[in-house]
Amino acid sequence: MFVQWVNGIFWDIAVVVFVIGIIWRLIAVFRHGTRKDLAEPRGSAVSGAVYTGFSRFLPRPEIRSKISLHVIAGYMFHLGLFVLLLFAAPHIKFAEEHVLGFGWAAMPHWAFVVSAQIAFAGLILLWLQRILNPVTRLISRADDYVGTYLLFLVMLTGCMAMFESYTGLRIAHLLTVELFMVYFPFSSLMHAILFIPSRGYTGSLFGLRGVKA
Amino acid sequence: MSAALERGVEKLKGEIDARVVSYFSSCVHCGICAEACLFYTETGDERYTPIYKTEPLRKVWQQNHTFWGKLASNLGLSKPLTDSDLADWEELAYDGCSVCSRCTMVCPIGIDIAYMIRKVKEGLAAAGYVPDGLQLAGERALKLGSPMGLTEKSLRAAIAEQEKETGMSIPVDVVGADYLCMLSSNEVVTYAEFIGSITRIFAKAGISWTLSSDYFEATNTGVQIGDSKIAAELSGRIVKVAEKLKVKYVISPECGHAYTTIRWDAPNFLKRKLPFKVVHIMELLEQLHKEGKLKTKGKFNEAVTYHDPCNISRRAGVINQPRSLMNMVATNFEEMHDHGDMNWCCGGGGGVSSNDRAIPLRYKAFDVKKRQLDELSANTIVTACSNCRMILEDGLEHNGMQQEVIGITEFIAHYLE
Repeated sequence: MFVQWVNGIFWDIAVVVFVIGIIWRLIAVFRHGTRKDLAEPRGSAVSGAVYTGFSRFLPRPEIRSKISLHVIAGYMFHLGLFVLLLFAAPHIKFAEEHVLGFGWAAMPHWAFVVSAQIAFAGLILLWLQRILNPVTRLISRADDYVGTYLLFLVMLTGCMAMFESYTGLRIAHLLTVELFMVYFPFSSLMHAILFIPSRGYTGSLFGLRGVKA
Repeated sequence: MSAALERGVEKLKGEIDARVVSYFSSCVHCGICAEACLFYTETGDERYTPIYKTEPLRKVWQQNHTFWGKLASNLGLSKPLTDSDLADWEELAYDGCSVCSRCTMVCPIGIDIAYMIRKVKEGLAAAGYVPDGLQLAGERALKLGSPMGLTEKSLRAAIAEQEKETGMSIPVDVVGADYLCMLSSNEVVTYAEFIGSITRIFAKAGISWTLSSDYFEATNTGVQIGDSKIAAELSGRIVKVAEKLKVKYVISPECGHAYTTIRWDAPNFLKRKLPFKVVHIMELLEQLHKEGKLKTKGKFNEAVTYHDPCNISRRAGVINQPRSLMNMVATNFEEMHDHGDMNWCCGGGGGVSSNDRAIPLRYKAFDVKKRQLDELSANTIVTACSNCRMILEDGLEHNGMQQEVIGITEFIAHYLE
């Protein structure tokens, strides 16, 4: 019965909460609106927003050496996670059978292992940074830790279910994914989407002033 | 809840817009902003982490605009903002932040942290948590027209002194002049050579210009306090005299926040487009040079460097112009290791210079500027903000350093053909 729920109703609920929650959060941002800038522009708001949208993927050279751990661990985690999400054979099979109706080439087993190791190493390094550095310890919220632990569980159960040998392991992975999807819209995990308007707002203001931010 | 706290909380609630919601919703609390802040890097005190300085605003946003925040508030599980919080954040926002925006430039999410600290100040000011020095400067600005308490008499004295110095007549209240040059109080009492320098340069360039005796002050203490009403009132006074004198341009003098305020914020404070253009003195000097109207002779052959005022470079985009001007006369121009849009603040911006309580912290924060200067052989520092100049001179003296600080207009005027 529980397995059927995880495969069925729980998944449906998670998808609905995930999608509606994200839309609700986006409305929560944009409903406040912003005032039109009446100053005579020196540059373009749009090109400023686009510039900042991409420029922040790389650290400024002036502080690069001070934040190298952040940058390396951040890239390890995010790249490893996205490769696993998009190219792990079970994920492609799931997308083909339950979501999209089509699939694509999966990565080989060794690439899965390497990606998982990179993602885990990155996540653990970021977590260590959060609990050991006085700055991050001061500014971190419970939400930051919950998001980290949920992702850790999702990745751990995912690796355990890699060979799909036991239904129990696959169900454990699916259940943690469903929990993750329900939590996502109500947390700072929303940065995965909201980084775009945040960069856009800042970039457009600086763009109007002719500053490359 | 005290009446003061209630005013502060209501003000903070009103400051929440789409940008603020997006910024707080996407912050991952990585702490990278700390590495860009001179108050953190020089003290090692994590409380000076820029995003932490926005905590009162974040708290109000969380408790009123998020699912978990509303739930926790209704269940009595979250602590509301208190008077004690505001008292603590008064020190962080006013003493430990020069609103230099360096943090904004490094945030990987793209959060404009300085924009939110400015909003935190709105809440603090509404609740009455403003340092005495800044509060008094604001009162003087509103009552007398100058944060230093100067009056028309002081302006007239400075003009007379500079007329004697240059042997030229200085235009005052000329209706129909092309340019109205505003001044900071510093440029009237401490660095009046600025007035003499523009007089000489504009005479050579054939510029039609004037000063205003009705209102000369370019600085805006309202912006430094974080009080939009005062900021709008002081901005409005500039617009009023510019309209009265029917000028086409208003020149911002050598002052960082004055330029950002008149050029970028005033139209938004006043909710209307300005009927004149605003130029920083460096923009005008570079334009005159390009048009062949500003010519120099002789060179400054000793090593010299340029300190970027944050509000002019990072927050307002005037970065290439000072370098172009410097290269007109300097043969040995040295850049500090971080400059332009990533310069380090002098430590006195955002009203810190008017806040005596912040002096020990400001001296500590100056260590980064000291290190920057120690790496160079330059004994002359040129800058384009009288407040930066004053803070640099004070910091140099405090550290027993011998460098001389000079305003860029005066530097150029010295080599006028």
